[in-house]
Amino acid sequence: MIHSLFLVNGAGDIFLEKHWKSVVGRSVCDYFFEAQSKAGEDPENVPPVISTPHHYLINVYRHKIFFLAVIQTEVPPLFVIEFLHRVAETFQDYFGECSEATIKDNVVIVYELLEEMLDNGFPLATESNILKELIKPPTILRSMVNTITGSSNVGDTLPTGQLSTIPWRRAGVKYTNNEAYFDAIEEIDAIIDKSGSTVCAEIQGVIDACVKLTGMPDLTLSFMNPRLLDDVSFHPCVRFKRWESEKVLSFIPPDGNFRLMSYHVSAQNLVAIPIYVKQNISFFESGSSGRLDITLGPKQTMGKQVEGLTVTMNMPRVLLSVNLTATQGTHKFDPVTKILVWDVGKLNPQKLPNLKGSLSVQSGAPKPEENPTLNIQFKIQQLAISGLKVSRLDMYGEKYKPFKGVKYLTKAGRFQVRT
Amino acid sequence: MSASSAFGDDKGGSSNVGEPEYGHDPASGGIFSSDYKRHDDLKEMLDSNKDSLKLEAMKRIVAMIARGKNASELFPAVVKNVACKNIEVKKLVYVYLVRYAEEQQDLALLSISTFQRGLKDPNQLIRASALRVLSSIRVTIIVPIMMLAIKEAASDMSPYVRKTAAHAIPKLYSLDPDQKDQLIEVIEKLLADKTTLVAGSVVMAFEEVCPERIDLIHKNYRKLCNLLIDVEEWGQVVIINMLTRYARTQFLNPNINETLLEEEKAFYGSDEDEDSKEETPDAEVSTAAKRKPYVMDPDHRLLLRNTKPLLQSRNAAVVMAVAQLYFHLAPKAEVGVIAKALVRLMRSHSEVQYVVLQNVATMTIKRRGMFEPYLKSFYIRSTDPTQIKILKLEVLTNLANETNISTILREFQTYIKSNDKDFVAATIQAIGRCATNIGEVRDTCLNGLVQLLSNRDELVVAESVVVIKKLLQMQPEQHSEIIKHMAKLTDNIQVPMARASILWLIGEYCEHVPKIAPDVLRKMAKTFTNEEDIVKLQIMNLAAKLYLTNSKQTKLLTQYVLNLAKYDQNYDIRDRARFIRQLIVPMEKGGALSKYAKKLFLALKPAPVLESPFKDRDHFQLGSLSHLLNAKAGGYQELPDWPDVVPDPSVRNVEVKDSVIKLLERVTTLTSVPEWTKCSGRDKRKDKKADKPFYSDSEGESGPTESADSGSDSESDSESGSETGSSEESGSRSDTEDSYEEEEESDSEGMEKVPKGRNILRRKNKTSASDSAASDESGGEEDRLPKPGYGKRSESEEEKSESESSESDSESEPESESDADTKKKKKKKKVPVSAPASKPTKKANVEKKEAVEKKEMSLLDLDDFLSTPTESTTYQVSPVSNVVSNSLVTDLEGLSLTDTTMSAVTITSSSSMKMYELLHRIKGEGLAVEYCFSRQPFSSDIHMVAVQIQFTNNTSSEVKNLHVEEPKLQSGMRMKEFQEIDVLPPSGTATAVIGIDFCDSTQAANFQLCTNTRKFFVTIQPPVGELMTPVFMTENEFKKEQGNLMGMNEISEKLALGEMCQNDITIVQRVTSAANISRVPCGSDKECRFAGKTVTSGSLVLVTVLTKEGGAAQLTVNCEKMVIGTMLVKDILQALSP
Repeated sequence: MIHSLFLVNGAGDIFLEKHWKSVVGRSVCDYFFEAQSKAGEDPENVPPVISTPHHYLINVYRHKIFFLAVIQTEVPPLFVIEFLHRVAETFQDYFGECSEATIKDNVVIVYELLEEMLDNGFPLATESNILKELIKPPTILRSMVNTITGSSNVGDTLPTGQLSTIPWRRAGVKYTNNEAYFDAIEEIDAIIDKSGSTVCAEIQGVIDACVKLTGMPDLTLSFMNPRLLDDVSFHPCVRFKRWESEKVLSFIPPDGNFRLMSYHVSAQNLVAIPIYVKQNISFFESGSSGRLDITLGPKQTMGKQVEGLTVTMNMPRVLLSVNLTATQGTHKFDPVTKILVWDVGKLNPQKLPNLKGSLSVQSGAPKPEENPTLNIQFKIQQLAISGLKVSRLDMYGEKYKPFKGVKYLTKAGRFQVRT
Repeated sequence: MSASSAFGDDKGGSSNVGEPEYGHDPASGGIFSSDYKRHDDLKEMLDSNKDSLKLEAMKRIVAMIARGKNASELFPAVVKNVACKNIEVKKLVYVYLVRYAEEQQDLALLSISTFQRGLKDPNQLIRASALRVLSSIRVTIIVPIMMLAIKEAASDMSPYVRKTAAHAIPKLYSLDPDQKDQLIEVIEKLLADKTTLVAGSVVMAFEEVCPERIDLIHKNYRKLCNLLIDVEEWGQVVIINMLTRYARTQFLNPNINETLLEEEKAFYGSDEDEDSKEETPDAEVSTAAKRKPYVMDPDHRLLLRNTKPLLQSRNAAVVMAVAQLYFHLAPKAEVGVIAKALVRLMRSHSEVQYVVLQNVATMTIKRRGMFEPYLKSFYIRSTDPTQIKILKLEVLTNLANETNISTILREFQTYIKSNDKDFVAATIQAIGRCATNIGEVRDTCLNGLVQLLSNRDELVVAESVVVIKKLLQMQPEQHSEIIKHMAKLTDNIQVPMARASILWLIGEYCEHVPKIAPDVLRKMAKTFTNEEDIVKLQIMNLAAKLYLTNSKQTKLLTQYVLNLAKYDQNYDIRDRARFIRQLIVPMEKGGALSKYAKKLFLALKPAPVLESPFKDRDHFQLGSLSHLLNAKAGGYQELPDWPDVVPDPSVRNVEVKDSVIKLLERVTTLTSVPEWTKCSGRDKRKDKKADKPFYSDSEGESGPTESADSGSDSESDSESGSETGSSEESGSRSDTEDSYEEEEESDSEGMEKVPKGRNILRRKNKTSASDSAASDESGGEEDRLPKPGYGKRSESEEEKSESESSESDSESEPESESDADTKKKKKKKKVPVSAPASKPTKKANVEKKEAVEKKEMSLLDLDDFLSTPTESTTYQVSPVSNVVSNSLVTDLEGLSLTDTTMSAVTITSSSSMKMYELLHRIKGEGLAVEYCFSRQPFSSDIHMVAVQIQFTNNTSSEVKNLHVEEPKLQSGMRMKEFQEIDVLPPSGTATAVIGIDFCDSTQAANFQLCTNTRKFFVTIQPPVGELMTPVFMTENEFKKEQGNLMGMNEISEKLALGEMCQNDITIVQRVTSAANISRVPCGSDKECRFAGKTVTSGSLVLVTVLTKEGGAAQLTVNCEKMVIGTMLVKDILQALSP
């Protein structure tokens, strides 16, 4: 399936290669570079699948690195794409961040990981719990100990997880503090049109878990209102039949952090939009200038505080500079990328934040046709905007009492205001 | 340097390893020495005895490989370390070996014996890893060794080794395709494997080696379908894709009748026959000759059913695989389920979006309706990458129809203003396509596009012109205005394609604009030399057409243009000029064609069809690389057409031994009813065999005897077993959940006792199941009316628990059927044993009750916690109250109150008990409800206050199904409802007892009282005195306890006793009526002492009334809970005051 993997940085250097079958020359990447230059500045515009005379190149772009897989025969493209993302996630999991520098620093571990993840191009072990049993993630302490004692990163116990039918959980887990925390994070995707009415809005949620429990606990998580969840996808540990019949999540959790489920709140439920935007951006036909006036205000916040409010605008190319004053927060305009960022911070309902001022446009240039779209980011702590509520968590199969907790968070996802 | 010489050098080097400096400081060697020297240094490190040096060297070598540097010359030095003891060194050597073995075949052979030894290792993981490396070494000489190793591993005991064998098969096949026949044998063997671990890998091998041998799948088809959900995700993708192909060859097209019907649609005039399978008898009769009623093969159904849950996978590839399977195999009516899952994937990374959108675009052409509800999910955001935008646009265009076109066009309007010009151009084309497909909006679109002609951006104008040209071609007569307008544009538009389009349009329809056309030609002739080539060609075209229709006005112009063209630099233009001149200008010689000139130039041209580029892409299997590229990729297996005649379905029949069926059953039951108790059972079994699989019993080591009582049966057994265990432990506990802590405690205790509980069950099953009289529950269940026969239940606790378990046992007996059934029964089991046992007929009621219970115990109800430090975000489970002591207390109480403990219901409301009104008979429409605090310990939970409710039916009709719904309780409060009262006859009364744990507060418990027709909101608010139970203690104990409760916990109040209350009998009476406490013996006759404890927390409440001279008295209450104390003082004062 996957023949070779090349990691390419933004500058077009191949800084790592790994082959699972016979070696494929680096020159195959030239086709990719060609496509890359064609795509222009935005790396997201590079086609994910590129056909070359003898190979097919499938790439994903993560953390400013292109993961480029070379394949030779028919294979579902999503299979490869999904795997490459899994590789990137594994690196992130191991090294804290996935960047060219960390990969170069840990090249041996990276190689060992890749060796275990694929056998003859077919995925072998992709579960983080198994991999961590095989190859220990680097920590400062461990690397120091290793240099002194000469011991290694490779686990000397044999990975029993691979043999079990619960491959996501490693065996013999022990903690002194047993704890299980769940974060229900919801993102609002919305498009708001010029007049302030909602073009489309949906809620996408995930439940991320951090479970540190001894032994083989069997957890059951139930919701107050599971009917809200319209479309769900689960970590493989979740027993699907149980969800089908009782709408509870029953699972033996992996050890550590993992995404338990992601869901979509049904479109029938009206989505509460927590903030509103009053904007007026105009460019004058003559005089090479324009005006900008944006006010943000709370709409349906369920009585919670809106935080981390940021407005990002991709301004038209002809814009030269801005002269703006904000009643709250800071704003910054990058004249090269033409991105205007207004970092508002907390939304104070008594004193609505406002950004106002003039824009100066390249003289002689025609007035820009499209007003910039406002991309808005915000966070609301302690609120799941859909109203989802975890009702209880039970643990079976082990005797101790775990600490448990649920946190809710609402964020803006792809939240755009057209102007 | 050649490998052999390096080897020699190395040997020389290894003789004097006495100088470890080299190894210790590799950097010093690195700076001054050449590459060759540095490698020397690595070699020395590899030859040293120290593992740490070896490791360091190997790490550097691997880093070289990773960077793509050649490290092949180190091969001999590295390969020696293949037998190194250090695992990490060994692994890195393997990495190196696999990378370079192909280049150094001879030397690689040195390592083979190590692996051969590894293949015989007792540890399965070592066997597997040896096979893995051995098979990865691409050296042709070892093919026979590999073959042998694979064959052996394929029959290994360990499924993990067998999996590795499956992985090795394609490796060997690519090395030596001649081994195919032998490999197929191995594949066939492994396909029969029953473990989920092997399934994915072997199907992968099957696809790579012999995808054409579909016959190998027959016998394994059903097994693969059943195992599918438990296979790891990558294996699932491969299996699903393979099964799609298989199904296409083995089953009939489920939509076959539909396609036939479509042909006859006009005849019947029915447009939407979604389910035309057998349901349309009239259609059937007429076409009986052509088709038989379609009945889906059960195996086909099995595949569809078992893949459906995988749409919920987190892995996009799995979701896509299922989606394509449904698209290619499912009946039309069922395909819709995949839309939601595919739309979900749109939230994923942009690469995933790209692939999904490509597939959605293809699907929308065939099945538009499927995605219509998700139209908005395809709206475009300004931040999307261009390639995603264009694909979304494609989908939107495909989805457009009469009903949604207006919203789509409005959306398109915003897109047109985008800064991304490629996207704008695509949008304009999309508008053009909508206009051609949907007649109603053609004019709107055209007008919109014409407006765009005045756009400032040239690209937009040009694209619009091109699209308008195509649209106009459909009905030119009606749009001469637009043509005129466009003719004017020639002055401004500079984009060659647009100019060319306009010219073509004017030439084509010059008859509609007879006045303007020659003028345009005049202008063009002026600028001819400066035009682009395609424009020049169109100018000539225009000239020729005008010459043919209007030669009077344009003859000279045409000649002028043709003359200019004759000397053009481009030979195409010169050629064209010559050609046109020969054709249209009558010459003295030749000119044979000139009479056909009109036919050539002015022939009616069919309007272009604006089609989706995704049309007909679906002949490729969706989700495949070939589909994405719209070209056949190497190794692509065509998706076969449905067979006309159904192939023999019996080929899939497997002569199953009983055990296999059982196993499969077990697989399904285990996955479907995963109760925690099962896990405990599993853990137990695990002790016997460590690597016992979880979901599927794939090992097959459990024989038919074990599997017979496993699954449903064992699960329910062990649950009731745990009940038995718990009720033995804490007598007070019935099988309903008590407080959370307690439940957990007894659960775990129950687990330990599972085997014991089972034994009891077995025994009971034989003796008491048929003996209905033995268990009063079963007796009670027969009765439909509430039966106050609780006096009977004063048997020992042991007896009670036994009857309980026998009840649940008899229920669990027939529990092997469906899930739903099991569930229902489980619910039934939860019916409180000690509450009046009327038969729980209404399942709904039970459900509500469950909901109530859940709510009561919502520990995770985190309404009021804030996210600051971690401590505050957690809910700490409060320490367990001591179960044993609880049960002891109950036992003691049982002793002292033997007569009344169990007969809560029989208590008649004595005059001393104050009745409170719960529901007035007017408000309750004839149903009057009163309640009193019976002051009896609530038998099933000592933390609850028993509230006796009396219903009186004042109407002339029956009141049915009296029950409690939706308790709204303060956090921590719990409530146990009474059994539903089925019928309350006219002017009849009934009593029931509910238990409420008020948490030692006087907060009201709100709930709904429901009849079959009405719901009433009611509230029970307890006086503080009812929140306690009497405690018996001696005077000394009392004094001691009082001494502990001084200070803040003591509240004193002076009062004047009325004349009536002068003697202590009245005082005792009044105090005990105000609070549920009992008198404590006392030496002094001036003092009356009372003791009680609160119901929930068990805090002591001590009351002292000290009478003084002249009717004065002092009241003292000692209580840990000050609120309770204060309130109690108030209540007692009121009771004692005259």
